[in-house]
Amino acid sequence: MHLDVVLLSRLQFALTLMFHYIFPPLTIGLGLLMVIIEWLWLHTKDTFYKSMALFWTKLFAINFAMGVATGLVMEFQFGTNWATYSRFVGDIFGSALAAEAIFAFFLESGFLAVLVFGWDRVSPKMHFFSTCMVATGSLFSSIWITIANSWQQTPAGYHIVKSASGFWRAEVTDFWAMCFNPSMVHRMLHVWLGCFILGAFFALSIGAYYVIKKEHTRFAHTTVKIALIYAAISSVAMLVSGHFQAEAVSVNQPAKLAAFEGHYETGTGGTCLYAFGWPDDKSKTVKYGLSAPGMLSFLVHHNFTQPVNGLDKFKAEDRPPVFIPFQSYHLMIMLGMAFIGVSLLGLVLLKLNRLFEQKWLMWIYVVSVLGAYTANESGWVAAEVGRQPWVVYGLLRTKDGVSHSVTGEQVLTSMIMFAIVYSFLFIVWVMVMNARIIAGPPLMEDLAQDDAKIAPESKKGIRQFWAMVGRLLERGPASLSETWRGPAPTMSGSETESKSDTKSGQAEDKAAGEKSNLSGEDNNQEAKP
Amino acid sequence: MFTAEYSMNLAWFILLGILLTGYGVLDGFDLGVGILHPVAKTDEERRIIINSIGPLWDGNEVWLVTFAGALFAAFPDVYALAFSSFYTNLMIILFALIFRAVSIEFRSKHKAVIWRQFWDGCFFLSSISATFLFGYIVGQLFLGLPIDAQLELHKEKMSFIELYPVVTGLLAIATCAMHGSIFLYLKTEGELQERIHNWMWHTYGIFIMVYIMTTIFTLTQIPSATANLTRYPWLWSVVMVNVLAIGNIPRAVFLKRPGYAFLSSIATIAALAALFGIAIFPNFIVSSIDPGLSLNIYNSAASKGTLKTMLLIAVLGLPFVISYTVIVYWVFHGKVKLGKFSY
Ligand code: HDD
Ligand code: HEM
Ligand code: HEM
Repeated sequence: MHLDVVLLSRLQFALTLMFHYIFPPLTIGLGLLMVIIEWLWLHTKDTFYKSMALFWTKLFAINFAMGVATGLVMEFQFGTNWATYSRFVGDIFGSALAAEAIFAFFLESGFLAVLVFGWDRVSPKMHFFSTCMVATGSLFSSIWITIANSWQQTPAGYHIVKSASGFWRAEVTDFWAMCFNPSMVHRMLHVWLGCFILGAFFALSIGAYYVIKKEHTRFAHTTVKIALIYAAISSVAMLVSGHFQAEAVSVNQPAKLAAFEGHYETGTGGTCLYAFGWPDDKSKTVKYGLSAPGMLSFLVHHNFTQPVNGLDKFKAEDRPPVFIPFQSYHLMIMLGMAFIGVSLLGLVLLKLNRLFEQKWLMWIYVVSVLGAYTANESGWVAAEVGRQPWVVYGLLRTKDGVSHSVTGEQVLTSMIMFAIVYSFLFIVWVMVMNARIIAGPPLMEDLAQDDAKIAPESKKGIRQFWAMVGRLLERGPASLSETWRGPAPTMSGSETESKSDTKSGQAEDKAAGEKSNLSGEDNNQEAKP
Repeated sequence: MFTAEYSMNLAWFILLGILLTGYGVLDGFDLGVGILHPVAKTDEERRIIINSIGPLWDGNEVWLVTFAGALFAAFPDVYALAFSSFYTNLMIILFALIFRAVSIEFRSKHKAVIWRQFWDGCFFLSSISATFLFGYIVGQLFLGLPIDAQLELHKEKMSFIELYPVVTGLLAIATCAMHGSIFLYLKTEGELQERIHNWMWHTYGIFIMVYIMTTIFTLTQIPSATANLTRYPWLWSVVMVNVLAIGNIPRAVFLKRPGYAFLSSIATIAALAALFGIAIFPNFIVSSIDPGLSLNIYNSAASKGTLKTMLLIAVLGLPFVISYTVIVYWVFHGKVKLGKFSY
C-alpha cells in the first residue's frame, strides 16, 4: 500500500494544531479576566473577589497543563514532519520560536507556579503581580508564534540563498521587516480578540449556568456582568479587526480571498458578497447562496462596478481549494455577528434590570462558549487551507515541505496514536473541568479564616529572601544545607516553630542554625488529604 | 577549520550546550522523582512527592522547548535532520511528556483509588520512558547516523537495535533517579525521608555501575570520543570535575549534607553534558557513511545575521529567565507541606 506522506503529515498537523488551539486562547482570554478580578480584589479588599479568582485559577491551571503538553508537540513537528520546510524557513522561523520560549514561556511557567500554588506563600500584591506576568507572558507567546505564521502567509524582509549545506533557504535581511510583515499586525490583533472573546464567553457560560441553577448567586451575577462587558467590547472590536483582516487578504493573498468568497469566475461588473452558500467546484458557482450584489467590489475597490479577480485569474496549480475556506470563513463571520448580537442584547437587558429572568438567554449563554471555540478554530482553518497550495506563500509548496526520511507508515501510526491519545485526553479534560465547575467557587467563610492565618507572615517574603542571600554570601552553600539537615520536625511541631521563626530577624535565624527555619514558614496549613 | 569568522557558531554551540545542561539538571530531578515515586506507600506520601515538583516541572520543561527552538534557529539543518531521523523516538517522547504533564494535573482531581492508580502508573511509565529515550538518542548520536550526500538519513543502513544506545539510555535513567532521590531527600521529612535516604544509596550504586559500564563501552567502541581530549588537554579538567563530583555525592550523603550532594549531582550532570559536547565537537551529527558528510557547526548554521540577532535575544532574555527561576525556586523552597493549593 502506498501512503501519501504529504497528505498524512498535513492531516496530522491540522489535527495536532487544532487540538493545541483549544487551550491557549482560553489561557489568554481567562488570563486577562483574572487580572481584572484580582485587581478588583486588591482594590476593594473584598474576599468575595478572592473566591472568584481562586475559582478561575483552578480551571486556568488545568487548561494550562493541556496547552503545555500539546504545545511541545507543535514545536517538534516542524522538524519531524516538515524537515525540508524547516531547512527553508529555519533562519527566520526558528528565531521567532526561540524568542517565544525565552521571552514568553519562562515568564508564564514561572509565574504560573506562584499564581496557582502561591496563594498562601506570597502577599496579595505579589500574587497580583504574578497574575499580570502570566497574562503578559501568554500575550507575548502569541506574538512570536503569530509573527512566524504571518511570515509564512506574507513573507518579507528576506532573500533566498543557497546555504553551506547546499539547500535553498530564506535568510533574514531585515529583522523588523520580517517581524512586522504585511499581515502581522492585523492578524495579531485579530487573534487576541478571538482569545478575549473566548475568555469572555467561557466565563459567561459558567455564570449563566449558575444563574439557571440558582446557585452561588452573587458569584453568578457578578460573573455575568463582568463577562458581558468583556464580551461586548471584544466582539464589536472583532468586527472592525475582521474587516481589516479581509482587506489585508484582498491585497496580499487575492487567491485566498477568491476562495473565501467562492468567486470562481471574474466576469464583468460588480462582484457580490455571500452571506452563506454552497460552492460547487464542478459548475464553478455558489449554489443556494444569499448575496449582496456588488458588495465585494465595494469592499475591495470602494466602488460597486469594478470586478474583483476570481480564481480563473490564477494558474491552476496556484489555486486553493474553495469549499473548506468558504464554509469556515463564513461560519466564523456568522458567529462573530451572533456574538455581537447576544452580548449587546444582554447589556440592554442588564440596564433594564431584566437580564437574570431571561432563562432562554441564559441557555444561549451557556452554549455560546462552543461557538467561541468554533469561531477560533474555523478562522484558522480558513486562513491555513486558503493559503494552499503554498506552505510559504509564493515560495515553497506544501508538497515540497515534507521530510524525506519519514515514511507514510510512521506518520500513519503516529497520527492514529495522536487521535487516540487526544480523544482520551479531551474526554478527561472535559470531565475534570466539569467537576470543577459543578463544585463551584470556594466558600467565603473558609477564605476569611485562611486570610487571618496567612496575612502577617507573607509580607516577609522579600526580606527573608535577602536574608538567605546574605547567609549564602557569608557562609557559602553550607547555610542552605544546614537548614535541610537534622531531625525532621513533625508536622505540628514545624507549625509552631515556623511561627516563631518568621518573627525573628536575621540574627536569630543564624542562631536557629540547625533547625529547619527555612522549611515551613509561610505555610501553616495542616495536610488535608 | 576554526577561525574568528566562526566565533558566532561556536558561541551557539556552547549556548545550546548550556540550554541542554539546564534541561538535564532541572528536568533531570523531576524525571527522577517520576521514576522514584512508586516508593511512596500511602496516598499522602505520593502527594508529597508529586508536590515537591508540582510548581517546578513546567518551568523545567521550558528549557527543552527553548533548546529545540534555539536549535531550529541556530542550526536549522541539524534540527531538520535530527528530528526527522528520530521520528519514532521523538513521537514516543512526546506522548510520554504529554502524559507526564496531564497525569500530575489530573491525578488530584478525583479521589477514587483506580483514578489515582491509573495516573500514578502513567506518571511512572512516562517518566522512565522519556528518560530512557533521551539517553538512547544521545547514544545514537555518539555512534553516528547513516547520512548520505543529500544530507538525508539512509534508513536501510540504520540499525535501531544496538547495545550502546541502550546502555546510555540506562545511564540516563540511573542518573535521573539518583538526582531525583537527592532532591526528594531535601524536600521530605520523617519516615518518608528515611526511606528515600535508602534509595539515595541504591540509586547511587546503580548509577556507578552503569556509569562504569558506559565509560568502558565508550572508550572501546567509539575511539573518536576522546579525540578532542587529546587535542585540547585542558579539557581533561571536565573529566576531573565529573569524577570528583561523582565521588563527592556519597561523601556528602554520609556527612548528612544533602545540599552538597545535590550540588554534586548537578555538577555530575553538567559535566556529563559537557563531555558529550566535547566528544562530538565540532560535529552535531556524524555521518557513519562518510565522516566528510557530517553536519557540523560550520556547514549547518543559520546566517550570520540570524546568529547575531539571536545572540542578542539570548543575552537580553537569559537574565530574566534566571531571575524568574530564582524567584520561583525561592517561593517554593523548603520541605513540602500539603496545603489547600497542592495537587
Ligand atoms: C472568536 C474568534 C473569531 C471571530 C468571532 C472572528 N474571527 Fe476572523 N479569525 C479568527 C478568529 C475569529 C482567528 C482564529 O484568530 C484567525 C485565524 C488566523 C488569523 O489570523 O486569525 C481568523 C482569521 C480571519 C481571516 C483570515 C486572515 C488570513 O487568512 O490571513 C479573515 C479575513 C477574518 N478572520 C475576518 C473575520 C471577520 C470579517 C469576522 C467578523 C466578525 C471575524 N473574522 C470574526
Ligand atoms: C505559527 C503558527 C502556525 C504555523 C507555523 C502553521 C504552519 C502550518 C503548516 C506547516 C502546515 C502543513 C502544511 C499545509 O497543509 O499547509 C499547516 C497546515 C494547517 N494548519 Fe497551520 N500553522 C500555524 C498555525 C495554525 C493554527 C493556530 C491553526 C488552527 C488551529 C492552524 C491550522 C492548520 C490547518 C487546519 C492545517 C491543514 C491545512 C490543510 O489540510 O490543507 N495552523 N500549518
Ligand atoms: C505551530 C505553532 C505553534 C507552536 C510550535 C506552539 C508551541 C507551543 C509550546 C511548545 C507551548 C508550551 C509552552 C510551555 O511549555 O510552557 C505552547 C503553549 C502556548 N501556545 Fe502554542 N504553539 C503554536 C501555536 C500557537 C498559537 C497560534 C498561539 C496563539 C495565538 C499559541 C499560544 C500559546 C500560548 C498562549 C501558550 C501558553 C499557554 C498554554 O500553555 O495554554 N500557540 N505553544
